[in-house]
Amino acid sequence: MSIVVRHVSKRFGTFRALDDVSLDVEGGELTALLGPSGSGKSTLLRIIAGLEQPDSGEILLEGVDATARPPQKRGVGFVFQHYAPFKHMTVRDNIGFGLKIRKRPRAVITKRVDELLDLVQLNGFGDRYPAQLSGGQRQRMALARALAPEPSVLLLDEPFGALDARVRAELRVWLRQLHEETQTTTVFVTHDQEEAMDVADRVVVMNKGRIEQVDAPRALYDSPANEFVMGFVGTASRFGDAWVRPHDLEVVSEPNGTTVEGQVLRIVHLGFEVRAELIGADGEPFSVQLTRDDADTLELEPGQIVFVRPRRSRVFS
Amino acid sequence: MNARSRRYSVRLVGLGYLAVILLAPLSMLFWRIWAEGAGKAWSAITEHDTIHAFEVTLILCAIAVPLNTLFGIVCALAIVRRRFPGKGLVNAFVDLPLALSPVVVGFSLFLLYGRTGWFGPWFTSHGIQVLFALPAMVLATIFVSVPYVAREVVPTLREIGDEQEQAAYTLGASSWQAFWRITLPSIRWAVIYGVVVTTARCLGEYGAVAIVSGSISGSTETATLRVQDYYENLDQAGAYGVALLLGLIAIAVLVVMTVLKPNEGVA
Repeated sequence: MSIVVRHVSKRFGTFRALDDVSLDVEGGELTALLGPSGSGKSTLLRIIAGLEQPDSGEILLEGVDATARPPQKRGVGFVFQHYAPFKHMTVRDNIGFGLKIRKRPRAVITKRVDELLDLVQLNGFGDRYPAQLSGGQRQRMALARALAPEPSVLLLDEPFGALDARVRAELRVWLRQLHEETQTTTVFVTHDQEEAMDVADRVVVMNKGRIEQVDAPRALYDSPANEFVMGFVGTASRFGDAWVRPHDLEVVSEPNGTTVEGQVLRIVHLGFEVRAELIGADGEPFSVQLTRDDADTLELEPGQIVFVRPRRSRVFS
Repeated sequence: MNARSRRYSVRLVGLGYLAVILLAPLSMLFWRIWAEGAGKAWSAITEHDTIHAFEVTLILCAIAVPLNTLFGIVCALAIVRRRFPGKGLVNAFVDLPLALSPVVVGFSLFLLYGRTGWFGPWFTSHGIQVLFALPAMVLATIFVSVPYVAREVVPTLREIGDEQEQAAYTLGASSWQAFWRITLPSIRWAVIYGVVVTTARCLGEYGAVAIVSGSISGSTETATLRVQDYYENLDQAGAYGVALLLGLIAIAVLVVMTVLKPNEGVA
């Protein structure tokens, strides 16, 4: 199901959560809403779900105005940041809730819940209560619960935010696979640019209640629309008027006219790559990312003076 | 003093305080009944007017407890989940009966439904007897036991938040379905605990009912008023007997509360 957001604004008191936001999400797409906290991404997701009413603007689902439609009638599945499990119900009853409300026959519910328990790898956990599950399991239960009534849109609010790094990485892969299987239009909110780039087909970068850029992950990284996107999606350092990615800086030991001077403050080993944190002659800190071999050849060490030259840079007007 | 002996002395002071303030008076009741002979106390308990007094108390509970449970839940939902003008005032007013002496409550009702009160003449002209009859006693009992369910439910509702309800909405549940299937089961222990406390308060009510009931034996006398009646007529054995029965009911209520309390927040 396609989602169209048209000129939506929302205030909470004096705080402008969304400022004239418009966005098109095509049916079957996997989209990430990416931005720092307070950028309005969760509010936008909640407005799409009908959990929040916009002050102005409209929401179209499948081309039909759904702005006044209550959340019950929007055909959306919503996964909350803290999962919002029904604590007094077993995993089975949690997952079957949407079907029970729709008065499906018991046999149908049992079959569907079994399928979903299988899909989210919670077989054998059906009779447990949410309190008896780990964070990752609770997350998968919440997903199964949202998927049970076969929603046309799946909305996830910071779905992996409260999990540890390893479980997060697993669930990302899993969400990607799930989307490939079901092809349900999916929108998820995240503040983690790596997560957005990893999972989504398209990333919507938000800042201060506005959309800064909508693009595929690679395009977002290679051609950011402005300084905010450049700095938020991947890291970037400033050289005068220009912005440079850490891996687009060449490091040499002798000056050659086009280089600028910097002093190494710290060296961070990231495995295959090395990140050197430097301070420029103007006192501005910046970082350089280079391969381990290059770092070894240069014999980089703290205190050393080196010379850097941007291979590629970007200037925003 | 080391940590251990300090801990023991704190316990000793606590238990001693409870013993002198709570346990001693109740033990005295048992002691007196045993000393004077249980027969007199038993005959007082089985006397027609006493049985009637307990029946009146039960009727008052049976009306006041369900009404205040319903009101308490609705009121708690409004206080926690809704925004409306005057919410602070409602929140404060729910606690009014805790601060107000029951005697003042009784006297206010007496004035309101009396011959020159705002409501009194209307009821009189329609042939409904409010004062010195069940209606006024019910009103007084409801008044004094208003706060307890709301006070138990409000913090629980705050704690569980509204995300579960929102999740239910996105899964297709109406507000009514979300209330019955999600909200009510989540607050059920708080509601049950509130009901028990409300019942205890209704059973023990004396001051407000004393004023509006007229305390007519065999008619508008409640169990607590019956104790007073025996006491004033210098029938101490009777007073002990009825008081003891009320005490036993209180202990039973206490046991129910203790059994329920550890369950709070578990489910």
